[in-house]
Amino acid sequence: MRVAALPDIAVSAPPKIEIGGLYKSFPTRSGTFTALDGISLDIARGSFCTIVGPSGCGKTTLLRILAGLETATAGRAAIAADDPAKPVNAMVFQGDSIFPWMTVWNNAAYGLHMRHAPRAQVKEVVTHYLDRTGLLPFADRYPHQLSGGMKQRVSIARAFATDPEVLLMDEPFSALDEQNRTLLQDELLRIWDEDKKTVVFITHSVDEAVTLGDRIVVMTAHPGRIKTIVEVPFARPRDVLELRRDPAYGALVFRIWGELRDEVARARRQEAEGRA
Amino acid sequence: MMLSLKNRDRLIGLASPAALLLLWEASVRLGWVDPRFFPAPSTIAGTFLHLARTGELWENLSASLLRLLFGFVIGGAPALLLGLAMGLYRPVRAIVEPLVAATYPIPKSAILPLILLVFGLGEASKIAMVALGVFYPVLINTMAGVLEIDRIHLDVGKNFGAGGWQTFRTIALPGAAPLIMAGIKLGVGLGLILIAIAEMIGAQSGIGYMIWNAWQLMSVDTMFVGLVVIAVLGFAFTWALDELERWLLPWKARA
Repeated sequence: MRVAALPDIAVSAPPKIEIGGLYKSFPTRSGTFTALDGISLDIARGSFCTIVGPSGCGKTTLLRILAGLETATAGRAAIAADDPAKPVNAMVFQGDSIFPWMTVWNNAAYGLHMRHAPRAQVKEVVTHYLDRTGLLPFADRYPHQLSGGMKQRVSIARAFATDPEVLLMDEPFSALDEQNRTLLQDELLRIWDEDKKTVVFITHSVDEAVTLGDRIVVMTAHPGRIKTIVEVPFARPRDVLELRRDPAYGALVFRIWGELRDEVARARRQEAEGRA
Repeated sequence: MMLSLKNRDRLIGLASPAALLLLWEASVRLGWVDPRFFPAPSTIAGTFLHLARTGELWENLSASLLRLLFGFVIGGAPALLLGLAMGLYRPVRAIVEPLVAATYPIPKSAILPLILLVFGLGEASKIAMVALGVFYPVLINTMAGVLEIDRIHLDVGKNFGAGGWQTFRTIALPGAAPLIMAGIKLGVGLGLILIAIAEMIGAQSGIGYMIWNAWQLMSVDTMFVGLVVIAVLGFAFTWALDELERWLLPWKARA
């Protein structure tokens, strides 16, 4: 088993993302719905944090608050900005989020265009990430000419191209088939290895959480709380297929599933009650 | 040789009007219909050539086209901007929507006397009629087009720091463009109808004037020339707008 020593710096340096006592509720017709109930979490600079939880546990809400797309009812969520010239975050959305009316190139360049980046920089950066995602030959295509996997690659290139302080990913591969998902996980890890951004990655797949993450945050069923945090000891750079052969990988997946099983069952019951 | 379905449809599309014209011509020559009311297509074509040669036709046509153009811009541009704002901002929608719902169903031709009262007998009243016709379909379709944009695209804009104007330009406008184009096509059609009506009252030029004047002089073939010109204009505008759409919206997958 390959085990990487945890670097000391991750313990002593101030966290990149600080979430403290985060609480989020929505008014509904039948009263108040609590999506997040006291989430406190520090995410180290340059680490890859995956969050798993049953559907409806509020993990997407947590990410949307970090992205500034929603505001918390109480508590705080702060991203430390190291470079004021950089955008604080960029999000890779779940599902079809690239603009159908823009070419692959203009989609990937969107964040840079919004920030009025100089033309030469746009050209260099977009070329780089389209190349890294294998999309350069398709730069002039429109989304309706692309497969689902290619569209998600565009979305990833768009997020990386803005060089954000943190990357937020909301189940980016959930709509893809198994083979495409594995390929994209591998590609994501390779691109991420270039400059090791801080990543928060939401998924409902335990396999994906273990494959990608340095730490796995397991959430409870509604209302969303943190059940446990598990460190992932595998060395980097990781090879997705090699990793899955490792017996320690299976053991970790099994352990996370153990944590998650009760929550998934509870989410099922809540869903059944909600329908009744 | 097998014809593709599309080519077959095209052929039928040409054949059916031609058959109608032939039937018409034959009916007149065989004395089945009264040529004073329904002159033969060949007679109408002769009158068309005559009016074209004297310049009368072009004078009237250009007057109508100019009014259409001005009316189209004056009615369409504010409709586009207001429609985008209504689609993007709830309060704007809340304020404007009831006004639109209340005024839209009033037949535009019924407003003509009021328009004449306000704008007088000159150019302004004709342009105002076209503008009114174009305004509503463009406004309603633009708003619907923006509302139909997937929420996720607006989230993307927000997440990547798009400001108000950038959201307009990069998301609302292109996202709503297919429905806006549909609104423009409807608006041009309505504009053609309304310009003909407006030119029948108190006008000294235009295709509508030509038709009305011909009726008063009992020059029935001139009247038919006017009708044919309007039909051809409608066909030409539809074709041109289809081509424009193909060029402007290359991202729309065509069935």
